Parts: sequence; C-alpha cells; structure tokens
Amino acid sequence: MFDLEAILNTVAPELLLAGAGLLGVTIGAFLGDRFNSISFKFGAIVLLAAAALAGSYWDGGRAFDGLVETSSFANFAKVVSFVSGAIALLMAEGFLKRHGTQRYEYPLLIIFAALGMGVILSSANFMTLYLGVETLSLSSYVLASFHRDSPRSAEAGLKYFVLGALASGILLYGISLVYGFSGSTSYEVVAETEASLGFMFGMVLMITGLAFKVSAAPMHVWTPDVYEGSPSPVVAFFATAPKMASMAVFAIVMFTAFPQAIAFDNWQMIIGIIAAASMLIGAFGALPQTNLKRLLGYSSIANMGYALVAIAAGVQYGAGSLLIFMTAYVIASLGLFGGVLSMRREGGMVENIDELAGLIRRQPGLAMALTVLLVSVSGFPLAFGFLGKLAVLEAGWNAGLMPLIITLVISSVIAMYYYLRIVKIMWFDDQVADFEPVDGWVTMAVYATAIVSVAMLIFVSPFSELAASTVQSLIS
Amino acid sequence: MEFPILSAVTFIPLAGAVLILLIKSLTGSQVRADGSEDDRVLYVGLLFSIATFLVSIVMFLSFDTQGTGYQLVEEVDWFANVKYKMGVDGMSVLLILLTTLLTPIALIASIGSVKHRLTEYTVAFLVLETFMIGVFCALDLVVFYVFFEAGLIPMFIVIGVWGGVDRIYASFKFFLYTLLGSLFMLAAVVYMYLVAGTSDVVVLEQYEFAKSAQIWLWLAFFSSFAVKLPMWPVHTWLPDAHVQAPTAGSVILAAVLLKMGGYGFLRFNLPMFPDASVFFQPFVFTVSVIAIVYASLVAWRQTDMKKLIAYSSVAHMGFVTLGIFSFTEIGVQGAIFQMLSHGLISGALFLIVGVVYDRMHTREISAYGGLVHRMPVYATFFMLFTMANVGLPGTSGFVGEILTMVGAFQANTWAAAGAALGVIFSAVYMLTLYRRTVFGKITNPELETIEDVNTKELICLIPLAIGTILLGILPNLIFDITRESSLHALAQMAGG
Repeated sequence: MFDLEAILNTVAPELLLAGAGLLGVTIGAFLGDRFNSISFKFGAIVLLAAAALAGSYWDGGRAFDGLVETSSFANFAKVVSFVSGAIALLMAEGFLKRHGTQRYEYPLLIIFAALGMGVILSSANFMTLYLGVETLSLSSYVLASFHRDSPRSAEAGLKYFVLGALASGILLYGISLVYGFSGSTSYEVVAETEASLGFMFGMVLMITGLAFKVSAAPMHVWTPDVYEGSPSPVVAFFATAPKMASMAVFAIVMFTAFPQAIAFDNWQMIIGIIAAASMLIGAFGALPQTNLKRLLGYSSIANMGYALVAIAAGVQYGAGSLLIFMTAYVIASLGLFGGVLSMRREGGMVENIDELAGLIRRQPGLAMALTVLLVSVSGFPLAFGFLGKLAVLEAGWNAGLMPLIITLVISSVIAMYYYLRIVKIMWFDDQVADFEPVDGWVTMAVYATAIVSVAMLIFVSPFSELAASTVQSLIS
Repeated sequence: MEFPILSAVTFIPLAGAVLILLIKSLTGSQVRADGSEDDRVLYVGLLFSIATFLVSIVMFLSFDTQGTGYQLVEEVDWFANVKYKMGVDGMSVLLILLTTLLTPIALIASIGSVKHRLTEYTVAFLVLETFMIGVFCALDLVVFYVFFEAGLIPMFIVIGVWGGVDRIYASFKFFLYTLLGSLFMLAAVVYMYLVAGTSDVVVLEQYEFAKSAQIWLWLAFFSSFAVKLPMWPVHTWLPDAHVQAPTAGSVILAAVLLKMGGYGFLRFNLPMFPDASVFFQPFVFTVSVIAIVYASLVAWRQTDMKKLIAYSSVAHMGFVTLGIFSFTEIGVQGAIFQMLSHGLISGALFLIVGVVYDRMHTREISAYGGLVHRMPVYATFFMLFTMANVGLPGTSGFVGEILTMVGAFQANTWAAAGAALGVIFSAVYMLTLYRRTVFGKITNPELETIEDVNTKELICLIPLAIGTILLGILPNLIFDITRESSLHALAQMAGG
C-alpha cells in the first residue's frame, strides 16, 4: 500500500520541493526580512537538488495507485526546468534588490511553481494534472504582479490571472467531458476509450487549456502583455522553466492519454493548425515590436509553434525532437533575458530595442554573446538552436507533415528578420550611453548560455542520444 | 591518423579571429593621437590569412591531381548518423586556393581604406574565410549546410557596418534572400537523411532517389544555389549588396561567395538528382540565356561602376550554369574554369573600382574620364581586366566562355547562340565603361591631382593579373586537375 521506494522513484524531487517550500515559509515567518538575502541561495540550491534527484531517479516509477507516474521523458523535462528555474532565480536577485523587492517570498514562489511543474510532469491522472497546473499557475500569477507598487506589474498579473483562470476552467471542463465519456480520469483508461463525439469535444477543450499554458496561438494573446508588464526576472522565469514543463506535459498528455491508436488522426490536425498559427502569428506579430520583452514574447509564441510541430509528428518521431528543441530554446532564452536584465541605465531598466544601439562598441562581449543567443534562438546554424530546428524538421518529415514544414520554413525567414534587426541595432547603429554594470550572476548567465549554445552544437551527440532514449518510456 | 590538413586550413582563420578577440579584450581598442584607430590588428589578421594560404598550398601539394574520388578525407562522428566529414577533389581544391588567395588580398586592400572598427572587421573576414573554406571541404550535407549558412552572418555584418549609404537595406536583402533559398535546401537535406539514412555526400551520390522525389529535391537545392549564384530572376540582391559593400566585401562576394552556387550544382544537383537535372535542363538553359542577355543589357545602362560589374557577374554566372547543365565534359570543365577565372577577374575589377573610389569617394562613371593621363599604371591594369572580362583570347575569361559555349552548343544550339550574344554585349558595356572612365579629356577638375596606384594596390592586383594571364595561356593547368571531378559530376547522368 505505502511503497516508499516506489514513491521515491516517482516523486522524490516534488517531495523535496514541497518540504523545502514549507520549510522556507516557516523560516520566513520567524526570521522575517533577515531571511530575504539568503533565501535566494536557498531556493537555487533546492531547485538544483531537485534536478539532481530527478536525474538520479531517472527511470522513474509509478505510485499512489497510478495517480502519478514518472517516465524518463518527464525526468528529462524536470531536470531542464529545475536547472533553468534556478538560473532564473539567481539572475533575479540583483534586480529585485535594486527595486527594493528582494523578499524571501520570491524564491518560495519559484519553488512552489517548480513543484507544480514537477507534479504535472509526473501526473498520470487528470486530477493530478489539474492540481499541478493550478499550483504552477497560482504561483505564476503572484510572480507576475510581484512589483505590487508598479501599475504595469499589477496589470500583467491581473491579465494573466483572469485569462489563466479562464483557461484552467476550459481545461477542467474538458477533463469533465473526457471523464464523462470514459468513466475515468486515469490516462491509461482514457487511452483505451472509444472516441465518441463528446469525448473528442472534451479532448479539444483540454488542448485549448494546455495551449494557453504554452502560449500557443490562438490562446497566445496574454503572452506579449504579461511579458511586457511583469518584472524582467519573472519573465526570464516564465519564458524558460514553465515553458519546458508545460510543453513536455502537453506532449505526455497527447501521447499517453490520447495515443495514436484512437485519436491520432483527430488531434494531429488540431495540433498542426495550432502550430502553424503560432509560427505565423509569432513571426508576424514580432515584426512591429519596439519593446524587447514584447518581441521576445512573440518570439516564444513562434518557437512554441515549432515545438508543436514535433508533437503533431507523434510520439515515435516527435518526442525526442521536442526535448532537444525545447532545451535549446530554454538555454537561449535564459541568456536573452539575461541580456534584458543587463539593460540598466540611469538607475532604471530600459526595454526598448533601440537602447541596444552600438552595444558592440561599448560592451563587445555582451553584444557578441547576445548575437550568439539570437542566432541560436532563430535556429540558424552555428548554435544549438539549429540542431533543435533540425530535429523538429526531421520529425515533421517523418510524419509527412509537408504543410507544416513549409510554414516552418517561411516563418523562420520572417522571424530571422526581427532577430537580425536586433543584431543590426547592436552592430550597425551609432552608440548610445553605456549600460550600468549589473550583478555577476546575470553576466555569467549570458556568457555561459552563449558558450553552452555553441558547445552543444559540436558536442551534441550524447545529449541527443539521451533525448532519443527517453522516447521509449512514453510508448510502453 | 594523418594530420587533418583540411580542418587545419579551415580553422586557422577562426583560431586567428578568436586570438585577436582575446588580445583585444585584454588590451582594449587603441586610438592613435590623430584619432585614427590602431590598424595593427589588420596586419595580424593578414598574417593569419597568409598562413592559411601557405597551409592551403601544402594541402594542394599533398593532393594527388591524378587520383580519383575524394582525397584527404577526415571523418569524426558528430551526432546520430551525421559525421563531420571533410574531403576534396580537384574542383574544391582549386576553389579553396582561390579563397585563401583572395582573403589576404581583400585584407591588404582594406589597409588604409577601412578606418573604423578594425578589430571587428578583421575578425569578420577571418570568420568568413573559415566558413567559405568549410563549404568547399564539407562532405556531409549537414556540415555543408552549417558552413554554407554561417557565412551569411559575417558578410551581413561586413556589408551592414562598413558599407555605403544604403547598407542596412542591402545587408538585410542579402541575408533574407539567401536564407529563404537555403531553408528549402535544409528541408530537403532532412528528407534525404531520413530516406537514405545518412547525410554522407559520397553515399548519397550513389543513392538513387525516386524520380518524383528527385524533382522536389532538385528544386529545393536549386532554390538555394540559384539565389547564391545568382541566377535571373533572383539576382536582385546582388547589385544592392555589391554597391553597398566595402571594396574588400565586394571582392570576396564576387570572387568566392557566388562560386558556392556553381559548386553546389556540380557537387549535389548533378550527381544526386541526375534525372531531375535532365528534366530541368531546358528550364536552366532558358533562365541562363535570359540572365546573360538581360544582365548584359542592364549592365550597359548603369551609371555606377560597381553596379555595372555586379550585373556583369550575373551575366558571367549565366555561362557557368549553361556549362554545367550541358552535361558534357567540356561544358562542365569550362564551367569550373569560368568560376575560377571569374573569381580572379571580378575580384580584380572590384579592386580597380576601389582604387579610384578611395581617392574620389564616388562610383559614378560620369565623375571620371581621362584617368589615363594621371594614372597610366592603373589604366594598364584596368585594360587587362576589362579585356579579360570581355573574354579576349589570351586571358582566362576567353577559355571559360568558349568552353561553356561549346558545351552548350552540343546540347542546344539556340542556347549557345543566345550566350554568344552575351559575349558581344559584354564587350559593349566593358569597353564603354573603360572609354568613359579612362580615356578622353579630364573634365572633372578634382581628377587633376589624382595619384596612380600605390604599392599596396599593386600587391593586390599583380597576383590576380598573373593568374588571369597564366590561366589564359596555359588552361591545361586547371583542366588536368578538374578532369576527374567533372567526370565524377557527370558519372550518374544517363548514359554518362
């Protein structure tokens, strides 16, 4: 009944995160503001430890009567999510300190958000899934409005909350329909249910809810606003760890609860259309943007579109590609938001792209690192992002998704234009004033992600084999 | 394991670039008392590019010109079934030599004429050189694609930072045009990898794709190489890029980057998709002849010297495609020869324009006239390269044009006739250019004090002049080396 070993195999990182989170709340209650500065290190260490646990219980397991089940695919996503969460947390400290909001609640919220990610990745039952989604979402809403004195931040938080709650409602409604037609909320049972019209209806509603979480079109509308309004380090977090986790969960739900046998033809078309719409909206939407955070918001919509191509390709071809693509995207995004965090001038943050003008003259290292990261996120050869896009293309070809491949090619060229525009501003335009120095973590993150992005291009082999090896865990 | 000489040639410039960046990040940029930038960094870059040239000569000497197949092959696993595989045949050896020769010349030409941001400038050229050499060495489609695409970024920066007034527009146009073509090629590469299970060029050359698939794959590769070459009607990026690029950028663009298109046709389209190549022969002939005639006529009406030479490049590249798609040994040999010869001639012509541009800061033909009175040496060199571009016997331009036309004649008389028309037009526009700039009276008073070519410019021009004449007199030097690779390119053709 109470099989400790199975529980540890399955949810060890989540147990750690939950325990550490509660411990942090307790410490905070006693120490108050004295906990503020140490809490960021505490949070980062907890997240890294959780990543290490996910790595050491790699093969996963099944516990609580099948409420949770962890595959190596999920563990892969967990490791990437937790590590990127830890980096995003470390990058946040200096920023929050300067804005007088360096409070211990921040790392604790990140820990709880990470807990939510862990739970959704380990869920094998729609109830667990919904619990995890809500844990992640509620933490995210608060994080978005963490600068409670700033109207922009409050607005972002409110927008995110209202739309997010709606999406959760749609997800839940979909779950209830699927439950009604299959008699169970367990992925296993749902997978064996005959697809009827009502069942499909529920599935579509669930896809809608999940698409909101990964900010895929047409449920993407919140993304640019929330990216622009939320404090930059929060966006650095939003754009990386939850994206990785939600996308992996999207894949797990589609592959295991709605496997190819019964619903493949039905959902492949839906996901394909969402993917195409995301790629095009992300590409065209970013063109007129002048705010860097907003632009990166649209860029993430486009990139989620590419990732969805891998999901539409099905588990056999798409699962491994999805992990490679998302990892490359997360690495590059972390660095790019490090760049956003570096844009400090005269005591305040600047977010306009033009503020980067002539950066190559003033801070050549930063400009070159950002160029590498932009190259990577655009999927151009020379950095890891290229291999991600290559993997997605491979998945698409294997599944015969010709229209999606053409859309991907066209939107990549359009997207290249706005990435190039940033490169152009950094390299070609006349310089404006220097940025003020930022704390070491941000600088280190920018350089480290740039170096990793290039190194992964060369030494990708073990990594891609690892990603490919996790596919089997989703099929059996 | 043998010494990986190809990787050495490829990555020496990159190593130089990294070293320069490291040194510069330690010392910071130094500005002289008179406000100009310290140009020693250019010399360091030059040193690395000369070292590359010397190593490439060693590579050439260790290459067996009589041997068949790919030589000096290096192979290292990369990921999945993709290998980092390098190797050369006669055609690529010569194109590498062209690259390693032109890069130092471009850097020498930049001394004194490029005045700001020299560190980035040098680094961009060295990085570009690595990618260009890599393109000609790669024997794996994915590796090829990486090098092929990566070269866009340094060129984008070269045009965008050190270019003319409309440099931003030109650099974006250059980049996005080329990228769109290449992404279709990437999709095709992935497809071929999945079908054949490998992206090894040697294996894929033997692999027989279904005819229907060949058509699409051919088109995907063609879209990439046609933009790069460039062929009519996707050539419009080239005049913009050439006009706006700094002299050295134009030299590299015309001399090496354009050759990647022709190289791609010979390395991939012909051997891998022979049926589709035959199927599309009339189409290629049509656009080639249109390119030759149309671009020649457009060149005639130009008032900007660089634009004129750019359009003349489009016309001359038409001969290359004509020769390649004649599917005859003589035509393919001629196409390879034409690529090399055009590399020397167009590079030299852009240098020639650069010489007067540095002095007068205008490329308008009407601003010149009577240069021969003040610059006799310059006029001599200009005459030589004008004649070479026209295709005068005794220069390399003649050999390339006559052979591609002979090849085309065997395949299609009308195409050869159209191309011959282009030869006449080339004489018209080149001689017009020469007459209006060099002969006549000095009308522009500023020209009264213009100085003749200096030592630096002579160092750039003399090797190209020697090459042009040498290849014109002894074309067999080239043909002996490229015979095997042109036969190889045709080996898969029906009945070939």
